[in-house]
Amino acid sequence: MPNITYAQALNDALREEMKIDSRVFLMGEDIGHHGGIFRVTKDLIDEFGAERVRDTPISESSFVGIGIGAAMAGMRPVVELLFMDFALVAADQIVNQAAKLRYMSGGTVSIPMVVRAQQGGGRGNGAQHSQSFESWLAQVPGLIIVAPSTPADAKGLLKSSIRTGNPVVFIEHKLLYNTKGDVPEGDYSIPIGKAEIKRDGRDITIVSYSRTLLFALEAAETLSQKGIEAEVIDLRTIEPLDMATILESIKGTGRLLVVHESHSNCGLGAEIMARVYEQAPDSLIMPPRRLGAKHVPIPVAESLENAVLPQPSDIVAAVEAMF
Amino acid sequence: MPLTPERLQDAYRQMLVIRKFEETIRSLYQQGKIRGSFHPCVGQEATAVGGCWAVRRDDYMTCTYRGHGQAIAKGLSVRAAMAEMLGKVTGCSKGKGGSMHFTDPSVGLLGANAIVAAGVPHAAGAALASQLQKKDNVALAFFGEGAVNQGVFLESLNLAVIWKLPLILICENNLYSEMTPSHETTSIVETHKRAAGFGFAAIQVDGNDVETMYNAVESAAEKARAGGGPTYIEAMTYRLWGHMMGDPEIYRTKEEVMRAKENEPIVRCGKRLIELGCTEADLSRLDGEAESMIADALQFAESSAVPELADAFTDIFI
Repeated sequence: MPNITYAQALNDALREEMKIDSRVFLMGEDIGHHGGIFRVTKDLIDEFGAERVRDTPISESSFVGIGIGAAMAGMRPVVELLFMDFALVAADQIVNQAAKLRYMSGGTVSIPMVVRAQQGGGRGNGAQHSQSFESWLAQVPGLIIVAPSTPADAKGLLKSSIRTGNPVVFIEHKLLYNTKGDVPEGDYSIPIGKAEIKRDGRDITIVSYSRTLLFALEAAETLSQKGIEAEVIDLRTIEPLDMATILESIKGTGRLLVVHESHSNCGLGAEIMARVYEQAPDSLIMPPRRLGAKHVPIPVAESLENAVLPQPSDIVAAVEAMF
Repeated sequence: MPLTPERLQDAYRQMLVIRKFEETIRSLYQQGKIRGSFHPCVGQEATAVGGCWAVRRDDYMTCTYRGHGQAIAKGLSVRAAMAEMLGKVTGCSKGKGGSMHFTDPSVGLLGANAIVAAGVPHAAGAALASQLQKKDNVALAFFGEGAVNQGVFLESLNLAVIWKLPLILICENNLYSEMTPSHETTSIVETHKRAAGFGFAAIQVDGNDVETMYNAVESAAEKARAGGGPTYIEAMTYRLWGHMMGDPEIYRTKEEVMRAKENEPIVRCGKRLIELGCTEADLSRLDGEAESMIADALQFAESSAVPELADAFTDIFI
């Protein structure tokens, strides 16, 4: 299996889907000859032309809205937002439009559109270029939300997202693009809505996704040296949430920690903990915990940003406190 | 090709259907049979019929919450529209969309929208799809002059020109943005001048004359189909009723509304038909036919079933 970067895996997924499906086209800022600021659309314009790899003006609500209209008229747009933070500029089109038009039409229209964006901090990009929105977005019925952590998952899930026929918010992370991993060759996809156990363990279940999933794996190695074996679940899809995999895991471990980079307050960790209490209150031998960004905007200085966003060492400490 | 006298009679009847539809909805609303809000298009029937009849059924269209007339003129079944208003399972959206979200892609109607200007990029997107698919379909977007200060509207103007989309923007300028005179809130209230500033071929027309509307949209569609890009049509019209049910209409005088009634599209079309040789009896017959269609739709809607509770949980994803 080739060992490629997360960015290359996404690029491959786009190329392959554009080859097999003429309905697929791309829109976004600087995605053409520039190839996207994180190179995800590199060289695609040479292969597919400027009609299918469309540079847009800096006007997110119109080009997301145009994606919606094109999707209703039979196309499969993949729309790139330069930063997830800019989804707020297009929030009406994502939340009031893409997520609801099918329902409000009684199922007569569909919106086969993927909105891709990278999110998260760790690069000192500041409070308007470092946010994570999956918890907000998960509050909106009608959106599928995907957040892969590895190159293989990124490729397989992007292909599934393009094929699903529904509106998908595809969440990438700016610090995952250069990470490498083995990616199967040829056409494969990964099902939406299916978590994966990335590490087996008997003592505690750590649920995470996107970049903090890598932190969780790193923390699990440290914990292993201390005699604690953590099972690490990669959600991969935020909505629909694969509770079955989580519930099955905590049956064995009895302990749960949810880790994400988005803010803890009213976040996905709280949701998962609530569902565990609703659906399997007796599985846990102690109260679950969550770890997310502290409730402040994301600062720039490295020391401050690291203090606000969860780090591998924070995961180790949180787990140790549960034993 | 302009509307023939025979087609003009059809257009007259279609405008009457729309008028009577709205009158019926008002009555149902007053009886408490309709939930939510209702934004009538009474007085604006010519923009709907002239605009939608000038394009093909498989062309695309988006409109606004004041879009009952446009939806019906594009081909939405009056029965399905009435049933939707009454929240019945036979409604065009199975009772889930209601007054502000009439949708029927089988006639190109990609949706009325309850967010001002939000449907404009959807029409632009459908136009882009047509362009990418090498088809000759065009897309119409209806909106009011109240939409022209929304960011997404201005952004869409830019993209339509840059990408030379087969898009026809129809601004129904009825002088009032909800309950505020538009000139008080809009820098250049002759909105076609704004569009011209973006590089549009932009015209202002008498939106209360169905033939003028038809001709303007037909010529814009012909140009768009031939790859000539988008056109902006500012259709001057007047909303004879309030913004919505319960609007006290303190922003205008009764005299102003009375004067506008002399210029309203159905009266004008009737006069034109008489000029063309129709008799009062012909007009009465057309009125009666429209009345029958509405009565049929109402009977259909009232006798239709309400949705099953399980229907609340379907139609989210394919």
